[in-house]
Amino acid sequence: MAGIDSSAGEQPSSAIDPRHSAVRRNLRARLNWSDHAFRAIARGGGLMVLVLMVLVGTFLTFRALQALRKAGWSFLTTQQWNPGAGSFGIAAVMVGTVLIASVAILVAFPLAMGTALYISEYAPYRVRRLLTSVVDLMAAVPSVVFGLWGAFFLQWRMVSLARWIHDWFFWIPLFQVRGVGRNDTSQTATYYTSSTFMAGVVVALMVVPIASSIMREAFSQAPPGEREGAYALGATRWGMIRAVVLPFGKGAIIGGTMLGLGRALGETIAVVSIISPVYIIQPHILLHGTSSVSSLIALQYQESGTFAVSALMAAGLALFAVTLLVNFVAAVIVSRSRSGAMSEA
Amino acid sequence: MTALDSAPPDTTVPPFPASAPQQPRPVGTIRTPDVLALVGSLAAAAATTGILWTQLSPFSGILGYVVVTWCLFVFYYAMLVRFDDNRPTVRDRVAAVVVHSLAALVLAALVDVIIYTVVKAWPALVHLNLYTQDLATTELMDPLTKGGILHAIIGTLIEVGIAMGIAVPFGMLTAVFMHEVPGAFARLVRTVIDAMTALPDVLAGLFVYATLILFAGRGLLKWFGPGFYGFAAACALAITVIPIVARASYVVLRLVPGGLTEASYALGSGQWRTVWHVTLPTARSGLATAVILGTARAIGETSPVLLTAGVSNVYNYNPLHQPMMSLPLLAFISEQKPPGSPFIQRGFACAAVLLVLVLVLFVTARAIGGRGPGQLSPRQQRRRAAESHRDLARFTRRQGAHIASGIPWEGS
Repeated sequence: MAGIDSSAGEQPSSAIDPRHSAVRRNLRARLNWSDHAFRAIARGGGLMVLVLMVLVGTFLTFRALQALRKAGWSFLTTQQWNPGAGSFGIAAVMVGTVLIASVAILVAFPLAMGTALYISEYAPYRVRRLLTSVVDLMAAVPSVVFGLWGAFFLQWRMVSLARWIHDWFFWIPLFQVRGVGRNDTSQTATYYTSSTFMAGVVVALMVVPIASSIMREAFSQAPPGEREGAYALGATRWGMIRAVVLPFGKGAIIGGTMLGLGRALGETIAVVSIISPVYIIQPHILLHGTSSVSSLIALQYQESGTFAVSALMAAGLALFAVTLLVNFVAAVIVSRSRSGAMSEA
Repeated sequence: MTALDSAPPDTTVPPFPASAPQQPRPVGTIRTPDVLALVGSLAAAAATTGILWTQLSPFSGILGYVVVTWCLFVFYYAMLVRFDDNRPTVRDRVAAVVVHSLAALVLAALVDVIIYTVVKAWPALVHLNLYTQDLATTELMDPLTKGGILHAIIGTLIEVGIAMGIAVPFGMLTAVFMHEVPGAFARLVRTVIDAMTALPDVLAGLFVYATLILFAGRGLLKWFGPGFYGFAAACALAITVIPIVARASYVVLRLVPGGLTEASYALGSGQWRTVWHVTLPTARSGLATAVILGTARAIGETSPVLLTAGVSNVYNYNPLHQPMMSLPLLAFISEQKPPGSPFIQRGFACAAVLLVLVLVLFVTARAIGGRGPGQLSPRQQRRRAAESHRDLARFTRRQGAHIASGIPWEGS
C-alpha cells in the first residue's frame, strides 16, 4: 500500500539509460496510517527526552532562584558554604572542581593517547578486540570501586610521589605544602593524603577509557591507503603515526579529551571517597583537604531546610552550566573532525 | 586501443573488489638485535638503579625505583639503538616503548583495582551468611559471620529493573526516531542526547531529590514515600541511562545495511513494517548489547542512588515506600565506618559483587553482540534456512491446491 512511490515523470524510462537521464525521478514517500502513527510515536519519544532535559535545567534554575536572589553576586565570590547563616558561595568548590579535573586530564591525556595508539597501531591483531572490550569494561567499573581503591590503596602508595614532587618543585606555589618543610620526612603521610592531587589521579583512571575509546575509534579509521603511502615513502611506524594517524584523529583527540574533562568535572563518588572537604580556596594541590561541587552536593543534600536545598540547586546549576558548555564544545569538535567518529557509550 | 580490439577478449580480468574492506598490512617484524637491545637496556637500567638505591642511598620506595628504572631504560635503549640506526629509527623505537608502557600502565591499574577489591573482600566473601542475610541486627563491630548484604542485592535488582524498564523503551524509541525520522528536530534531539550523556550523575539525583523526594507523600505524589524510596532511585538511574541506551542503539541502527531496508520498501512494505520486521530484527544483537551495557552502567551508579534511595539495613521489597538499600550505596556507606570495623570488609564485598555483576553483563554482551548486524550464528542460520524451507513448502502446497500435476511453481 505504502512505501516509496516512484513515478518516472513524463519520460518513458526504459528508453533512456537512467545514469544519463537529465530528469530526476520524483521519489515521494506515501505514508499510510500505521506509518503516520509510528512517526508520531517516535517523534513523541524524541520530544520526551528533550522535555526531560529541559525539565532538569529549568527545574534546577527555578529551585535555585530563591538562594541566588538572596546571595546575589556574592554567590560567585564567597568561599564558605553555610546556607544556614546566609553565607554561601561556589568560589572554593568551583576552584576545587576545576583543579581536580585539571589534574585528572593532565594525567589521563597521555594514558588515553598511549592506550588508544597501542590498541589501534601496536597491538597484535588477535588481541585488539579483546583489549577494546577491556577498555570498555574499565569504563563500566563502578565509580565507588575506584573510590574505595583510591582511598584505601592508591593514595597511600602515592604519598612518596607527592613528597618527591613537593621536595623538588616546592618553589611552584601550586605544589607548596603548608606545615611541612622541604625533605622533611618526620611529618606523617596524612599531610599528603585526601588532596586534590590524589582525587585527580583516581578520577584520571576513570576518564582514560572514555577519552581513549573515542581516540581509538578515530585512529583505527585512518585510511589504509595513506598509511601505506607513508610506509612506501620510507616512514617508520612512528613517522607514519605522526604523519597520518595523529592528523587524522586530531579532532577526536581534542574532543575525546574534552568529553573526559566533562566527566571529570562531574565525578562525585570517587572524589567524595578520597577528599576531606574544606570550604576555602585551596590552591595547593598536594595538601590534605579540598572540595568540589559534586562532592558538596553529595555531602550536604540531607540538610533539611528548603533554603539549603535551594543553595545546593544553585551550585548544581553552576556545575550543569560548566559541564554542558565543555561537552557541547567537545561534541562539536568531535563531529567536525574528519573521522566523524562517535563513541559507543 | 589497437585494431584487434573488435575481436572478443580471450582473457577475463576479475573486477576490482571495490566493496571489499581494505585490510591494513601487518608491519611489525621482530629482529634479534631489537630484542637484545631491549633486554640489555632493561638489565642495565635495573642494575644502575639498584646501585643508586643500595649504595648511594638518599632514595627509597618501590614506586621511585620503578620510575627511575624506567627512565634509565628508555635512555639506555635509545643509546643502544643509536649505535646501529639513524635518528628516525631511534625516535620510532622510543615512541614504541612509551606507547607500550602507557598502555601497560592502564591495564595494570585496571587489574590492580580488580585484584585489590577482591583480596580485601575475600574474608567477607567466604562467609555464606553474606549472601543470605540483611544487616537488621548487625552492630558496628559484629564479626563477618553475622549479617549480610542480601537486602542490598535485592534493592539493586529492583531499582535497576525498574530503571531499565523505563530507560530501554524510551532510549530505543529515541534511537529509532533519530534513525528513521531524520531532520532538524532529530539533529536537535541528538545534540541533547549527547549533552545528557555527559550530565553529571549527581545532578540527576539532585533533580529527582528535589522533585520526587521532597514532595513525596504530598499532593500528586501522595502514593509515594514519605521520605526516601526505591522508585525515585530508579527514576534517577533511568535519567542517567536513557542517553546511554539511546546513543548506543543509534550507533547500532546506523550499521543496518541500507540494502535490506531498501529491499523491504521495494517489496511494498511501509516504514513501520520495515522498522519492525527488518531494521530492528537485523540489529537485534547490537541492541541487546546496548541494553546490557546500559544495565552495567546503571548497576554501578552511586550518586543518583545516594540522593534518592535512602539508607536501610533491612529487606524492602516495596519500591514505593521506605528507603531501599543498593550495593553501591552500601559499599559507599560501609567505607565511612571507623577503621577496623568489619563493615570495611563488607563494603569491599559489595564492591566485589558489583564487579562480578558488571563482568557477567560484559561477557554476556560480548557473547551476543560480537557480530555485526545481519551476521548470523550457525544456529541462527539453520533456523533461518528452516524458515525458508517452510515458506517454500507452504508455497508449493498452496500452488498444489490449484495444480495437482506437480509442476514447480514459478510464481506466474
